[in-house]
Formats: sequence, structure tokens, C-alpha cells
Amino acid sequence: MLKTDIAIIGAGPAGLNAAISAAAMGAKVLLLDRDDRAGGQLIKQTHKFFGSRELHASLRGIDIASLLLARVREFDNIDFRLGATVLGYYEDGVITAEYRGNFLKIKADRYVIATGASEKILPFPNNDLPGVYGAGAVQTLTNVYGVLPGKRVIMVGSGNIGLIVSYQLLQAGVQVAGIVEAAPGIGGYLVHAAKIRRAGVPIYTSHTIKEAYGDSSVQGAVIWQLDEKWQPLNGTEKDIEADVICIAVGLTPLTELLWQAGCQMKYVPQLGGHVNLRDENLMTSVPGIYVAGDVSGVEEASAAMLEGKLAGLAAAKSLGYSIENYDELWQQAISQLDGLRSGPAGEKIRSGLKMLVR
Amino acid sequence: MLTKTGVPTAQELDRVTPTRHRLEQGPVAIIECFQQIPCNPCFLSCKQGAIQEFSDINDLPVLDDSKCTGCGICIANCPGLAIFVVDYSYSPDEGLVKLPYEFLPVPEIDAQVDALDREGRIAGKGRVVKVQRFKGQERTPVVWLAVPKDLVMSVRNIKVGGQSHAR
Ligand SMILES: Cc1cc2nc3c(=O)[nH]c(=O)nc-3n(C[C@H](O)[C@H](O)[C@H](O)COP(=O)(O)OP(=O)(O)OC[C@H]3O[C@@H](n4cnc5c(N)ncnc54)[C@H](O)[C@@H]3O)c2cc1C
Ligand code: SF4
Ligand code: SF4
Repeated sequence: MLKTDIAIIGAGPAGLNAAISAAAMGAKVLLLDRDDRAGGQLIKQTHKFFGSRELHASLRGIDIASLLLARVREFDNIDFRLGATVLGYYEDGVITAEYRGNFLKIKADRYVIATGASEKILPFPNNDLPGVYGAGAVQTLTNVYGVLPGKRVIMVGSGNIGLIVSYQLLQAGVQVAGIVEAAPGIGGYLVHAAKIRRAGVPIYTSHTIKEAYGDSSVQGAVIWQLDEKWQPLNGTEKDIEADVICIAVGLTPLTELLWQAGCQMKYVPQLGGHVNLRDENLMTSVPGIYVAGDVSGVEEASAAMLEGKLAGLAAAKSLGYSIENYDELWQQAISQLDGLRSGPAGEKIRSGLKMLVR
Repeated sequence: MLTKTGVPTAQELDRVTPTRHRLEQGPVAIIECFQQIPCNPCFLSCKQGAIQEFSDINDLPVLDDSKCTGCGICIANCPGLAIFVVDYSYSPDEGLVKLPYEFLPVPEIDAQVDALDREGRIAGKGRVVKVQRFKGQERTPVVWLAVPKDLVMSVRNIKVGGQSHAR
């Protein structure tokens, strides 16, 4: 049995920050990620990030991941294991993990769950044809492994992910035939949309995919228009040739461990699906289990980093560790988080979070 | 409408376009950022204090064009790639557009390239005058493009060689 003060599951921006702030207070930290690289979603993000300077705005996601990893490496009290998939949470507060062919049992006094989110799928005829991908897979192929998914892509979804992945595909030399969006307006930031448009990519708002076609793999798709009641309009069909259909219709929190641990959950569509109730310390309804990042509501890396800081601080404090400027660090993160969520772009998040604070 | 098409309207552009007089005086930034999002690197990167301080990170950028030198630092720092610098004083019949360009190949100096408008349509030809790289933002080169004066306000992208990123 591996024993530690705080076990952190997931080494994306949330988990890395949780590890850094807990370790800075002196806690013994075990940081686990199933991937073989640290950074979660960040390692696929070759574009420059929004947010504030303190949270690395203007830097690219990949560079933010390197910065955070370097910070983690400075601490002797962080045991960081990549390739460690956490499998389950048991009643006695033990978690199990598969680690490079070994089975680990871990008992920590506190847990921070920072497992992120996974992609939603979209039902349409022939969505099982080879060539239909999730946007995350396309990004991993292109930006992590340098493999192009195809020659010409139809992007479904105009949220930030759809817009950004389209841009990255163009940079990789892949054609983007168009972005299809069911809502009447573009979902993501309009500055991202503008840069796709000036590269010549059309955005079809109030449109959805009717069906994909192709003999043994995708050869194209038929899209059609939706009326104000989101009903398809006959006669508006448009045939678009492409060998890849990329689905970017949103993320849903990866909450299996929270369910297993018996955390009280609630369905909050604004946050991507079922998420846990939490107190102001980001502790769930199960004492000792904290959350941070997309797992507790799909948001952004900047917010994930701040929540990670908060969860790391709170978990370490609850074990009796301290740091001189604790209150200052805490307040700073809280006010940055409020700032991020305060504008019109944060409205959805604000209304979702209201439903969750215990 | 911007939210439907992704292309700013004439009215929106009007709001961020300096007076004729200021345009003719020399280089000045055009900040094509019309939606409140949590973002402020433009303000933080401008060393001239030409972008008004944000009281809230969601504020829209406001330019004081009398302080703007058209240096272009903000172009490379804006994660939305939403800032351009235009210079009508460049030559008697050509104006300059400085734009962020994150594609390969980066064009050679003196290359003739297709000049694209905000919808990616070819508006005419442009000549690459300079490619500027700012410290810390080397991967967002700023391309200086000379175009006929009547295209300065519409050209916002380029297409280099036979590259097919525009469809
Ligand atoms: C295309 C795209 C563009 C984006 N652009 C921006 C942007 O410009 N600005 C911005 O602020 N945000 C952006 N984001 C959002 C941002 O990347 C995420 O909000 C952020 O990464 C969430 O951080 P996280 O730490 O909660 O989760 P993640 O980054 O998803 O990390 C979770 C980690 O947990 C690990 N994990 C999951 N389950 C287990 C398990 N059982 N055992 C062990 N490990 C596990 C995963 O391997 C992963 O490494 C973008 C996202 C995408 C997809
Ligand atoms: S061009 Fe230079 S002076 Fe003008 S706003 Fe941008 S950074 Fe400031
Ligand atoms: S940096 Fe760019 S995207 Fe961000 S607020 Fe300024 S102009 Fe808008």
C-alpha cells in the first residue's frame, strides 16, 4: 500500500497547480496521470491562450504545460507518476491504479480529483464510418503525433474547440470545408471565428449534419438548415465533400471516480452534465475529496489552474500544513477566478455554479 | 452579423477606425475585438499606454490613437489575432497593413502574395515589405504588406504561394 498526504488524480492544468500549491505548504503529494505526458489538454494546444497575464495569457498551451511541469519538478515532496491510470475508489478510502503493468493500492488522507472532461458524441446516420473523429482525437493526431487525419475536414460545432481545431488544421495544411453549427450564432469567441473566416472557411450557423456518406470511409456529408425551432428544413440540403468529419459539440466531465466515491452529484447542463456539489473549499460532499478543473464543470484552463491552486491549498491546510501568506494566496486566486467568470462569456458558468455550492 | 457570420460589420469596424486625419498621419492600430471576453494582453503589451487600462478583464479594448505609434507589439501578443496596424503614409499610392501570420511558409521579403479580405476572398495583390518577430512571440510573425491604398481597410490576411489553407 502506497501512503501519502494528498493524492492528486490528473495532471492537467488543475492537477499540476494543485500539486504545486499543496507541496509548497509542505504536504507529501502523489500526482498520477494515465497519459505519458504531463499537461492534460494543454499538450495539444498550439494556440495562444486567453485570460490574464498572471495565468499565462498570450502563451501557447504547450508552453504553459512545460512551465507547470518545471515547477512540479522543483519539489522533492511531489511523487509524480505518468502512465498511472486510477481505476477505482473503495469504501475504505483506498484507490487503485494500473501503473506500468503493476497494480497499485493507494491510501491518501486527502484526494484531489482533477480528471478533466471527455468529448460528447453526436448521433447521425453513418457516424460510425472511419473518418468520423472527435476533435480531441484530431488534435492529438495532428499536434502531438504529427499525423494528419485526412485532406479535407468538415467541422461540426463552432464553440472554441471547433474554431481552434479548425485553425490548427489549416496550419497543418489540411483544408477545412466548413464549420457546421446548429445554433443561430457562433458559440466560441468571435476573434477565433474571424481568423477562420479570413482564411476562407465558411461557417454555417443554423445548420446541422443530416448524414455522412461513403463506401468504406467518409467521402462527404449532407448538411441542412434548421428553422427557429431547430427543425430541419427540407430542400436546404447541401452536399459537402470531405474525408474527415470532426465532431466538436462539447465536453462532459469525467466523473466516474466521484460517483464511485459516493459524492453527491447534480445534473447541470451549463457545466457539461453531471457534476458534484462542493463547498467554498472545493470539497465534495465526501469529506477529504476535493475537485478542480473541468471534472467539476467544463470551463477553461485559466479557471482550472485557479481551482487547482485553491483545492491544493485547502487540502494541505486541512491536514495542518501552513504557509505564511496563505490568506493572500487564497484571496488572490478567488478574485482572479471571479474576474474570469464575471463577464458575459462567464454567464453560463456562473448560473451553473450557483446550483452547486453546498 | 458578426455572431452569425464571424465577419465584423461595417458599423462595428467604424467604431474602431481612427479619423481620416489620424490615418493619414501614419501607422496606427485597428483593434477588431468586438466581444467581451476575459482577456487583456493587448493592454499589458502596449508600452505606449495607448490601450486604456482595463478595469475588468472582460472590458473591450479602447485605443487612444494619439498615443499609438503603430509599433505592432500588440499584434503579436493578442491571442485572438485581432489587431492590425495600417499606415496610409507609406508611399504616395500604397498603404501598409501589418498583420499576424501563423502559417508556413513565412513569405519572403518582396514576395507578391494574394491579399485576402475578412472572408478569405482574394481582394488583390500585396507585396511583403518586412517580416517582424517580437521577442517572446516569435511564432506569431507580423507581416508588413504593401497594398494599393483602397485595399488597406479590407485586406486582413494573405495567401502565400499555392498553399491551400483558403478554400
Ligand atoms: C481545442 C481546445 C482549445 C482550448 N483552448 C483554451 C484556451 O484558449 N484557453 C483556456 O483557458 N482553455 C482552453 N481550453 C480548455 C482547457 O484545455 C481545459 O479547460 C483544461 O485543460 C482543463 O484542465 P483540467 O486539468 O481540468 O483537465 P485536463 O486538461 O483534461 O486534464 C485531465 C488529466 O487527467 C488525466 N486523467 C483522467 N482520468 C484519469 C484517471 N482515471 N487516472 C489518471 N489520470 C486520469 C488525463 O489523462 C488528463 O491528463 C481548450 C480546450 C480544447 C480542447
Ligand atoms: S501598435 Fe504599438 S503603440 Fe499602438 S496600440 Fe499596439 S502596442 Fe500600442
Ligand atoms: S488581446 Fe486581443 S482578443 Fe484579447 S482583449 Fe485585446 S484585442 Fe481582444
